[in-house]
Amino acid sequence: MIKTDILIIGAGPTGLFTVFEAGLLKLKCHLIDALPQPGGQCAEIYPKKPIYDIPAFPEVLAGDLVDNLMEQIKPFEPGFTLGERADTIEKLDDGTFVVTTNKGTKHHAPVVAIAGGLGSFEPRKPLIENLGHYEDKGVRYMIKDPEFYRDKKVVIAGGGDSALDWSIFLADVAEEVTLVHRRNEFRGALDSVDKVKELKDLGKINLITPAEIVQLEGKNFLEAVLIRKSNEAKEEFWLPVDEFIPLFGLSPKLGPIADWGLEIEKNAIKVDNSLDYQTNIPGIYAIGDVNTYPGKLKLILCGFHEATLMCQSAYQRIFPDKKYVMKYTTVGGVTGFDGSKKEAPKAVVKAIN
Amino acid sequence: MNPDINIIITDREGQKHEVVAPTDMNMNIMELVRSYELAPEGTIGVCGGMAMCASCQCYILTPQIELPEMQDDEEAMLSEAFYTKENSRLGCQIQLTPEMEGLAIELAPES
Repeated sequence: MIKTDILIIGAGPTGLFTVFEAGLLKLKCHLIDALPQPGGQCAEIYPKKPIYDIPAFPEVLAGDLVDNLMEQIKPFEPGFTLGERADTIEKLDDGTFVVTTNKGTKHHAPVVAIAGGLGSFEPRKPLIENLGHYEDKGVRYMIKDPEFYRDKKVVIAGGGDSALDWSIFLADVAEEVTLVHRRNEFRGALDSVDKVKELKDLGKINLITPAEIVQLEGKNFLEAVLIRKSNEAKEEFWLPVDEFIPLFGLSPKLGPIADWGLEIEKNAIKVDNSLDYQTNIPGIYAIGDVNTYPGKLKLILCGFHEATLMCQSAYQRIFPDKKYVMKYTTVGGVTGFDGSKKEAPKAVVKAIN
Repeated sequence: MNPDINIIITDREGQKHEVVAPTDMNMNIMELVRSYELAPEGTIGVCGGMAMCASCQCYILTPQIELPEMQDDEEAMLSEAFYTKENSRLGCQIQLTPEMEGLAIELAPES
């Protein structure tokens, strides 16, 4: 069982910044995220896109914003449970919570902060009959352990960065890699596109475009996929494969959080914005894009503010008898759990003779 | 002064809505659908309008009305989307202009 002070669900910008504000209050944090890396949408959907409304950053790439946040919170040694989705919550008699993920990992904390954005990212599944039948029997939507594909015949479908990057990576691991995309053009970084072309010319990637996978076959496990070229039925052929990896991006779903007994309005969690962004369940807060209140704006900068106020309330909940006085970081410095200390240099007093 | 225009939007349940849209607010079709709440929040405009998620995919039912030409990023995103048809567009890439009076669209299914 993982124990922490504030359990944060969602490792996007709001969740990450919560670690910093909590750290100033000497509260430890642990984050759960369904994605394999921190950063949420910023890292998953638009890492290379600029953001212009982060205060004091005239322009910052979403990916850099995440890197900066990770750097900022490093002294507070946050824990991460990545690639797992928070599934159930249980309130214990002492008012604390146990949150269990879809993989069975248990987390225990007196305060839960939901910073889940639009929800957890689920793979977008292509519309192929029987697809569900072969899930985990030759069909997988995410690559967790590339070694799993060693000496196997793999077919990847998709035209974005992940389809390109995994085709390149698996070209050296799998027995055979086939990349199928609906168009001749790919939507990835230019050097990835070039690399795929190079590997194709070397015969290491079997590139089939414009084409689509339209049917699956196999007794218990997947054995072959039917590929339709140029959208022509007469150009269909069966390709024997062991594994099919459809990579068509991810779409967020509020998911199991919707069944936690929280008040939901328009796919978002209602909170008390006049005070501390607490939900209808005391001890559970919702911050960032996942919450709603009159006048709500889904902006990263608003999430930062909400996280800051939420941490003050969390502190009072955890230490009801302690008095806390807010200190500016310029005055108090930043003392990390790792023993590091940052503080403003003392002014030099020197007489002029 | 830019005039308001009338747009017909068929939602994902097949319900038709005639809505009035401003043309002087830098608004696109995805934002118009959201402002009238014709699709649940969180199911449209997920990426915020960057042509990176296809949650605002719609079918254009009035081919005679001229729309801005499709750019590379929109075309690339649609090539990865599901339920696409010949007349698919991303709502977020279509800014509303006075010339679009009478435009009719249908929202593509959620995916």
